Amino acid sequence: MLSHALMLSAALFVIGTLGVVVRRNAIIIFLCIELQLNAVNLAFVALSRYTGIEGQLYVFFVMTVAAAEAAVGLAIIIAIFRHYKTVNVDQFNLLKW
Amino acid sequence: MEFAAFAPGPYTVVQDPAVQEAAGWEPFLPGLLLLLPLAGFIANGWLALRAASRSASALRTGADPDPFQGATPPRTHRWPTWIGPGALLLAFLVAMANFVGMSGADLHAPVVVPYWSWIATGSLEISAAIQLDQLSMLMTLVVTGVGFLIHLFSVGYMREDPGYPRYFAYLNLFVFFMLILVLGANYGMMFVGWEGVGLCSYLLIGFWFTDREKADAGKKAFIVNRIGDFGFLVAMFLLFGVFGTLDFQTIFAGAEQQMVAGGATVTLVTLLLMLGAAGKSAQLPLHIWLPDAMAGPTPVSALIHAATMVTAGVYMVARSSVLYAMAPASQAVVAGIGVLTALVAATIALRQHDIKKVLAYSTISQLGFMFLGAGIGAFTAAIFHLMTHAFFKALLFLGAGAAIHSMHHALHRAGSHADPQDMRNMGGLKTPMRTAWIAMWIATLAIAGIWPLAGFFSKDEIIWYTAAWAGAPDNPFGGLYTVYWIVAILTAMLTAFYMTRLMVMTFHGRSRVGAQARAHLHEAPRVMTIPLIVLAVLSVFGGWINVPAALRESVPGLYGVLPMSEWLHHWLEPVTHRATELQTAALGDKAHADPLAGLGEVAWALMSTLAAALVVVWAFRRLSARRYAPAAESGPPPGGLRGFLANKWYFDEIYDRGIVRPLVALSRWCWRAVDAAIIDGTVNLVGYATRLAGFAASLFQTGQATTYAFALTLGVLLILGAAVLL
Amino acid sequence: MTDFLASLPLPYQDWALHALIWLPLAGLLHVVAAPAERARHIAFRWSAAVFVASLGLWWAFDPGPGGFALESSASWIDSWGVRYALGVDGISIFMVLLTTLTTPIAILGAWNYIDKRRKAFYSLMLLLQTGVTGVFLATDIFLFYVFFELTLIPMYFIVGIWGGERRIYAAVKFFLYTAVGSLLMLVAILYMYFASGAESFSYQAFLATELTMREQLWLFAAFALAFGIKVPVFPFHTWLPDAHVEAPTPGSVILASLLLKMGTYGFLRFLLPFFPGAVQHPTVVAIMLALGLIGIVYAAWVAAVQPDAKKLVAYTSVAHMGFVVIGIFALTVNGLQGGLMVMISHGVSTGALFLLLGMMYERRHTRLIEDFGGIGRVAPLFATVFVITALASIGLPGTSGFIGEFLALIGVFETHAVVAVVATTGVIFAAYYMLPMVQRIVFNPLDNPENRAFPDLSRREKVVLGPLVALMIWIGVHPAPFLTRMEPSVGVVLERVEAARVGMGGRAGAMEAVADPDVEGGRFRVDEAPEEEGAGSDEAAAPARGLAARGQTPSGIRAAMHPRWNAALCVAPCPNSWAIRAAARLACTAPRRSRCAPGIVHGLRDAGTEEG
Repeated sequence: MLSHALMLSAALFVIGTLGVVVRRNAIIIFLCIELQLNAVNLAFVALSRYTGIEGQLYVFFVMTVAAAEAAVGLAIIIAIFRHYKTVNVDQFNLLKW
Repeated sequence: MEFAAFAPGPYTVVQDPAVQEAAGWEPFLPGLLLLLPLAGFIANGWLALRAASRSASALRTGADPDPFQGATPPRTHRWPTWIGPGALLLAFLVAMANFVGMSGADLHAPVVVPYWSWIATGSLEISAAIQLDQLSMLMTLVVTGVGFLIHLFSVGYMREDPGYPRYFAYLNLFVFFMLILVLGANYGMMFVGWEGVGLCSYLLIGFWFTDREKADAGKKAFIVNRIGDFGFLVAMFLLFGVFGTLDFQTIFAGAEQQMVAGGATVTLVTLLLMLGAAGKSAQLPLHIWLPDAMAGPTPVSALIHAATMVTAGVYMVARSSVLYAMAPASQAVVAGIGVLTALVAATIALRQHDIKKVLAYSTISQLGFMFLGAGIGAFTAAIFHLMTHAFFKALLFLGAGAAIHSMHHALHRAGSHADPQDMRNMGGLKTPMRTAWIAMWIATLAIAGIWPLAGFFSKDEIIWYTAAWAGAPDNPFGGLYTVYWIVAILTAMLTAFYMTRLMVMTFHGRSRVGAQARAHLHEAPRVMTIPLIVLAVLSVFGGWINVPAALRESVPGLYGVLPMSEWLHHWLEPVTHRATELQTAALGDKAHADPLAGLGEVAWALMSTLAAALVVVWAFRRLSARRYAPAAESGPPPGGLRGFLANKWYFDEIYDRGIVRPLVALSRWCWRAVDAAIIDGTVNLVGYATRLAGFAASLFQTGQATTYAFALTLGVLLILGAAVLL
Repeated sequence: MTDFLASLPLPYQDWALHALIWLPLAGLLHVVAAPAERARHIAFRWSAAVFVASLGLWWAFDPGPGGFALESSASWIDSWGVRYALGVDGISIFMVLLTTLTTPIAILGAWNYIDKRRKAFYSLMLLLQTGVTGVFLATDIFLFYVFFELTLIPMYFIVGIWGGERRIYAAVKFFLYTAVGSLLMLVAILYMYFASGAESFSYQAFLATELTMREQLWLFAAFALAFGIKVPVFPFHTWLPDAHVEAPTPGSVILASLLLKMGTYGFLRFLLPFFPGAVQHPTVVAIMLALGLIGIVYAAWVAAVQPDAKKLVAYTSVAHMGFVVIGIFALTVNGLQGGLMVMISHGVSTGALFLLLGMMYERRHTRLIEDFGGIGRVAPLFATVFVITALASIGLPGTSGFIGEFLALIGVFETHAVVAVVATTGVIFAAYYMLPMVQRIVFNPLDNPENRAFPDLSRREKVVLGPLVALMIWIGVHPAPFLTRMEPSVGVVLERVEAARVGMGGRAGAMEAVADPDVEGGRFRVDEAPEEEGAGSDEAAAPARGLAARGQTPSGIRAAMHPRWNAALCVAPCPNSWAIRAAARLACTAPRRSRCAPGIVHGLRDAGTEEG
């Protein structure tokens, strides 16, 4: 049972990671990050069965942070879109030396 | 109050029981001696600041900064006339009162008046204390007495100067520090006075500070003096190291116990003190500042650079007589420096044209005589010469000042820009300036050593003692002393010559000032001539306080008519007797009646005065016949030996090339090469290297968010992989 | 006065130190809240109030046996054993008073000089005051470090924002130099913290830490680098001229008067007591004395050829601090007291010099010496103060400069005669750099027409300079109140050093052996009987008497006086190597608690359990 849950979690995480690395659209990347977070949440919940209630506790923390992050992140993306008329991350290289 | 109790030094000192005994005499308000000049300084200083501020604001608005020339001067220029000399007169009276009291008491040890603990740490205590004994009393009398006369003279000389109050402020401050110097009860206090008078000398040499040359001269004096002070400081450290204190009494009382006579320590201490003395008293090789110091007002030259400050070195050697008596090698060095300086300065004086320069070199030369006396252990003779020299040299300077004053006015009226100090421009001043002329001749004869003027007795005594100590049986430097003796005699004759030259060029012969100016030459005002007359009287009779007993009963002593046989000798005995004892113990008794040539003291005295008189007469006849040309018409500077002397043995040039310029070059090199290039270069290199590395690393920053995400993932995978595998 | 202070409703002793640290911060808040044009008034009033409050220390501080007075302590970060602990002793009291005096004077001195972002500037000045005061008052090493670093930030901005043309370069250089040193010191502090095992950063705990010679040397190096850069000691001095030249006047004043003192204060407060073995190590002493000497002579030379007056004075600071360094590493009462006196005197005279140069800059907008000349003619009062200050700076007797230099030199001479002799040449070189500057600014012809309009001191400037000039002369004429207050504390420091020396097998003994009185027919007679004479006198003198009784001073000197004194000088001041090894062994065998890493684990675990 545990291994299934963990495998699902791993699969979700890998998908999320690949999405972050490969996709160009900021919204998609953002959703992939959420996917990663949820993958971890899944692992937490699954493992809490064996290690104690703290795992589930952490899930709430993660969800809270994720919600906050979503609010800030989407706001940033909207701001970027208003400025550049695109959310394609390839177009932004302000951090370049 | 805040005075903590201090731990005594590690050495206990056996107090001389005489110290307690001496308490029988209570000094009369000794603090006033210092407070009066200090109060004068503060009052005059305040007036000076007000006057200067007023003139400065006038200058800023473009008005004439010194509008009162001729008109009634403002308050700031009237009050110093009374405050400056007044403070000195009162101080002189206090000194006289103390002198009379001390004469009455049979004082065998100094009376120390402590005021407060100045520097006190765990192991060191220097108290702000003054010490009254025969030596310091004598010096105080000279400083306040001659000082007062010169203050008085200054009233006439400086009255029209815009810096009049400032002048008196400095002068009062000088007297204050000079009195600290001579009255201080320990080397620390002496050093306070020592540097303090140096400061005042600096300020007064550069009194007309907007003149670059004069400001330069002041700076030079201060820096050269500091070289000497270096020696003084190290000597103090050594003394503190040996004795744990800097108090005169403790040191002199314990010297024999704590130090080996003739040992390295005492020799080193005395040599270092001599370095200090050489700086202050302008002895070779640090004499170069004194001629330049003539840039100051002439009364300053009289007071500081002739009568008092420059003799501080002699005073210090005499004060440390016990130490010097324990170090025969140092004594030989001191005497050697003294006699060499006397000779060199006298030769330079032969070829100078500036009247003050001649007197400056004459001063250096006479100081050399004093050091010769102090060096051979004739401390009384040295102090004696110091005193008589204060009289006749102050007189010479003031007389020269009167002449310059007169010349300056005459040239000014005539609209000429000729140098009023150049003797080639003078000549024939005896007609308009009779008092100055007579006074100057008295001083000239005195310094030449003509019987029975002051200089005869004092200089003679030094030369006599040189011979006498040369004959001491155990003197390891007997031969050297003989050389000193011969050089001293030679120098004495040179003295007679160059002084006669000065008199002839200044007062005799035809006037070279120009017809227009000649009409304006005048006798100095009375406030200036009175000090001249008083000093002339002192120059005549001042030597009679120490007529040797052998002389007194003979022709030179007028068969006992001269009073006060060896009075000074007896007066200073409590101060010098230990040194004399030590020296006699070390070198054997000096040859009393029979030095060198086998002639007695009387015969020697007759000979020397005769020789001096002959030189004066010969020089006068010879030089009077010569026709001098005014400075403007004089030919090119002489070459050969004359040029060598006229250029002062090239001392200044040698120092400039050998020390000053290399030092400046080294300083520049330190700045440009070491500081800017090496150290800062290294620092900046580190900075650049860091920035370069940062730049290289920044190339990895593509700015693409996905690149970062990829690198992040890769990193995580690597770490995880490593964790799994290891 | 003391009774009066104690009888206040809130006894002065209880609140004084806290007030000195936190009142400037309160002033900062006030400045921030108030409008910009009022900033300087508010800042000045607050700092003046702090100065008045600090004056009570003069009476409230009782030197006593030499430890800390007015101590107070409260917990701060319990899990690391960090406490908010303050105290004042004879070493720090004058530094604190100097701080409280200098800050209002610097603020008043820059009344019109600062014309942009006044609010920020005066806030930073007050923050700086808090930092510096904290450095001098903290008796907890962690707290000290916090304050030590705190001073860096405001100074960085003061130089970087209100500075001259190359201000960024100067500010960054200043920051980096200082930060490098203090980070190493942080490492050393942490090492000592774990080594002590006391889980406390308190000064006493660090004192009690037993360290081997090897440890001492390494830790000494770290601390000495941090403080040496601050001082600054050659060759780490090049930040100073740049920072001084670029800093605005009040920045220069604070930098010279206070920040440099933090370095030498660190030497006295931490290096000597913490590493008494290391500071006596012959190599260490040789290096430190050599660096001090180089500072004195070299900096004087470099100063002499500077065309920029401010840079010249900056280099003279290096020379002065050289005297402090050699005074401290003489390890004698006179040397240490001399070093402290030089610190005080330098704070006063160099601060005044920078103020004067600032006034010149405000009037003429140039710092080049050659642009001036004949100022004495148009601004006599300015010229008078300038000359007095310059003379105090070059140590003329009767001014503050002399007392310190004289004592430092005499202290060095007791143990290292040759060093003292070389250092004394600094007296000559001081005249060599200072007098030409004085001449070219104050004297000489008034040939530059722009100088004809040079105004004399205004009333505000008189108020600024008056107290400083008075202090210079007061300290020069009557330094006893200062010396007596610092003496017991200096004695405590030295006793610690002495104790380590005794443990190391006795350098004093070695000296006695060299300076055997019998060698020269017993002429070196010593009467060591100070106890009887001093008996019944003041208690306060006890530590010093103890030192004297151990014969430290005379033995060193007698070694120097010996006919073979050159040889003696080389040998005597150095404990021979076996002594060091013996000391090291001694230190190793002493009982020690567990040290190193476990401490931090403990600390974290404790924190965790408390939370849980």
